Amino acid sequence: MSRSLKKGPFVDEHLMKKVEAMNKNRMKRPINTWSRRSMIMPDFVGHTFNVHNGKTFVPVFVTENMVGHRLGEIRPHPTL
Amino acid sequence: MPRILGVDIPGNKRIEYSLRYIYGVGPTRAMEIIKKAGIPLGLKANDLTNEHISKITAILQNDYAVEGDLRRMLLQDIRRLQSIGSYRGFRHRRNLPVRGQRTKTNARTRKGRKQTVGAIRDKTQRKLAGT
Repeated sequence: MSRSLKKGPFVDEHLMKKVEAMNKNRMKRPINTWSRRSMIMPDFVGHTFNVHNGKTFVPVFVTENMVGHRLGEIRPHPTL
Repeated sequence: MPRILGVDIPGNKRIEYSLRYIYGVGPTRAMEIIKKAGIPLGLKANDLTNEHISKITAILQNDYAVEGDLRRMLLQDIRRLQSIGSYRGFRHRRNLPVRGQRTKTNARTRKGRKQTVGAIRDKTQRKLAGT
């Protein structure tokens, strides 16, 4: 079952804060994050996230197409 | 046999059923279309007037994605999933079930006919099979 619209998309707050701060200062630096469950918001476009895969951080450059997916869904190098 | 949107030729059935032969029209939509076009329920598809047909075509073109457009939309969605390197795109590429179903057994719809991949015990036999 899909998530209730009433709740809105889920993003971990600590991640959202970081992105907002970067957008405010017009900075672009990769963000290390473990929060694979966070939804990719429109604000994230153009940023690079180093998403933890359980072992290391994998860089994910967010494009417009990815909005609405979760950070953990995206894997730049499909390993088996 | 009336033609609606080019290729679709529903038979000598009641329209609410024959409309379903169009890709993208199921029971619900068939009923909606009939209501919107003001066609009496249970009319045979053969008895449709030209007026009816043009009404149905207009509704289909304006309100619903159907046939080629719908197929294209689906393909685009899949291509998008693949291009962003998502897990779902990866499963599509491998032709495996996308939504977390088990693949130890079953999943034959996606995987196709069963292929045996057993190990061959005997060394010489294995060499033969490898070539």
